[in-house]
Amino acid sequence: MSAAFPARVQATGWGWRYAGRKRPATSDVSFTIEPGERVLLLGASGAGKSTLLAGLAGVLGDADEGERTGSLLVDGAAPESQRGRTGLVMQDPESGIVLSKVGDDVAFGCENLGVPASEIPSRVAQAMDAVGLDVPLQRPTKALSGGQKQRLVLAGVLAMQPGLLLLDEPTANLDPDGVAEVRASVERAVDATGATLVVVEHRTAVWEDLMTRVIVLAADGGLLADGPPSRVFAEHGRTLADAGVWVPGLDIDLPHLPAASSDAARVLAASGLAIARDPRAIVQSGLDVHVPRGSATVVTGPNGVGKSTLALTLAGLIPEHTGVIESAEALRGKRGLRPIQWTSRELLTRIGTVFQEPEHQFLTQTLRDELAVGPKALGWTASRTAAVVDALLERLHLAHLALANPFTLSGGQKRRLSVATVLAASPAVIVLDEPTFGQDRRGWIELVALLQEEIATGTSVIAVTHDEGVVQHLGGHRIALAAQVVHA
Amino acid sequence: MTVLVSAQPRAWLDGVNPVTKLVLALLLSVPLFASIDVVSGLVAIALQLLCLPLTGLRLSTLARRILPLAVFAPLAGLSMLLYAEPAGHVYWSFGFATISDDSISLAIAVSLRVIALGLPTILLFGGTDPTELADALAQVAKLPSRFVLGILAGTRMLGLFLDDWRTMGLARRARGVGDTGAIRRFFSMAFVLLVFAVRRGTKLALAMEARGFGSDIPRTWARTSRLHGRDAVALLGGGTIMALALAAAVWAGTFRFVWS
Repeated sequence: MSAAFPARVQATGWGWRYAGRKRPATSDVSFTIEPGERVLLLGASGAGKSTLLAGLAGVLGDADEGERTGSLLVDGAAPESQRGRTGLVMQDPESGIVLSKVGDDVAFGCENLGVPASEIPSRVAQAMDAVGLDVPLQRPTKALSGGQKQRLVLAGVLAMQPGLLLLDEPTANLDPDGVAEVRASVERAVDATGATLVVVEHRTAVWEDLMTRVIVLAADGGLLADGPPSRVFAEHGRTLADAGVWVPGLDIDLPHLPAASSDAARVLAASGLAIARDPRAIVQSGLDVHVPRGSATVVTGPNGVGKSTLALTLAGLIPEHTGVIESAEALRGKRGLRPIQWTSRELLTRIGTVFQEPEHQFLTQTLRDELAVGPKALGWTASRTAAVVDALLERLHLAHLALANPFTLSGGQKRRLSVATVLAASPAVIVLDEPTFGQDRRGWIELVALLQEEIATGTSVIAVTHDEGVVQHLGGHRIALAAQVVHA
Repeated sequence: MTVLVSAQPRAWLDGVNPVTKLVLALLLSVPLFASIDVVSGLVAIALQLLCLPLTGLRLSTLARRILPLAVFAPLAGLSMLLYAEPAGHVYWSFGFATISDDSISLAIAVSLRVIALGLPTILLFGGTDPTELADALAQVAKLPSRFVLGILAGTRMLGLFLDDWRTMGLARRARGVGDTGAIRRFFSMAFVLLVFAVRRGTKLALAMEARGFGSDIPRTWARTSRLHGRDAVALLGGGTIMALALAAAVWAGTFRFVWS
């Protein structure tokens, strides 16, 4: 597509401190990015990568919102004065989409930039073409898959014909197909436009061969490394890995658990099972599933195939549409063997569920209270509760945050806390929905190690995942769901 | 501007500007406040229903949407039935509650009024696209675009909140606090939803700003919204319906000015 000329970026001792924070988010950053360069921006979490991108996009705000030092220039001018020269794509596609129809959303940026109405349709068509999004312009944006949504956001940005494209973890929330789609779209777009590209991403393997340069921000200000990808990874691989970056070619130091034997005792089983969140829309039917005791069961399959629905149904949270899930005799509740008929309290010691979004399950104001919710509901004594809570805080490296508000934690910490709240009641079965979504390398290793420990102590773990690494390391039993055409 | 315009078959009313529809909704309701009587209400309802084919709504859709109104209307009538100033034959009386000739006819009139007032909204806005409404409000009614587009973008978030709410309900059962305390649970979930709303709103604002929203550049509109001859026809039609309804009441001798 026709595009404006690629932009040049120059940072000189640049830094930014958000109003109300003591320490600057970034400081003392200096580099020059020549027009057309493709830069992978790395750094430990909290090193200020997103802040730098927001600064480049000109959306950090004015002196009320923070204090800047040094200078940051796009084409020799302040980014704020260059609306439309930069395009920013953020991690969560849900918050990048503005309008409810595909065509309207792509046109939104052009309209704001005052592009003549007669020119907008061709720009929209070109942008959709550039990201390979072949859906009707009238399609509701909510009907798109995760990968399509992110490509839509990218199209909306490309339609503005920016000289500088900024991507902030654009594939962190996507399944493998979505990741591949977005990666291919970005490559096609920068090849066509020649735009300068800056990408923040933990999953470096996805982007490595597209990039010409890697810049690593140091946690305490300044740059840790700056150079061609191969050299930076060779020289700083270990440091980067410790900071949570998925360094290409660096293996994970965790065992691969064995597969479950087919005659293992079953903790949950169902045959002829049909599942649905909404009784009018069955997503899977005729399923024969079982969960072996004391090992992992991983549920895999493409997006929208009903993995989460199956997990929540097995967890006793969504009623079976057809068929009955029955637990092992040892888990019998007052009303029998069906998890959906157990009381909420009975469920606690039997099946614990970790939701995809940890915040959905937080109930209190401090980590300590949060961990005590289950024990309290079970009527445990104060001393027993305290002992369990303290042990968990230690074990999950959250002790120093015991009085912090769960909502203020980092992504990795929130995930660990949500798992810990479930472990507090020591359930026989733990169900996790996409436990490694959006986790950096460090968070990933901690989480998988934790699940392996639980399996070693005899807990049955059910994990919905897109992540082949999780499948390999947890071993056990696999339920692979395939798309079905089901009529209610 | 053809690329961004819907390709689906459109009803006559879809060609009427959403701002005109707003005016029509007022036009079809305000005059009805002048009188409370059965005839004007009935005529208005009948004439509006005759316009159904123009709206492109199916009869079944209309029936479904009018159902809450049909349930509510008799409730509104009930208070009239019991507490209106008694006149004519008195059928039943208990304390302040009295059912008389007058209160019966008033109750029926009020029930019909509720339906006659609600019907235009259902007919006019049943098929209106929010984006089209926003375009019209900004371009025809000249409301500030920041305001209109901000609200439009915000409405997209409502669906997300619905999903949040459902998931939070499941999560509370999973955490062992789902058996009792429904009211406390409601407020704790409402609070978390508020947190989500603020956070999503902030991100959305950032995304909009990053796409040039709120800059000093005069905005263009990919979808132009303007008034046509059809808008005049629609207003004329609405005015005629009201005139006929009130004239019928006067002719039948049932016109009863509200303040009399």
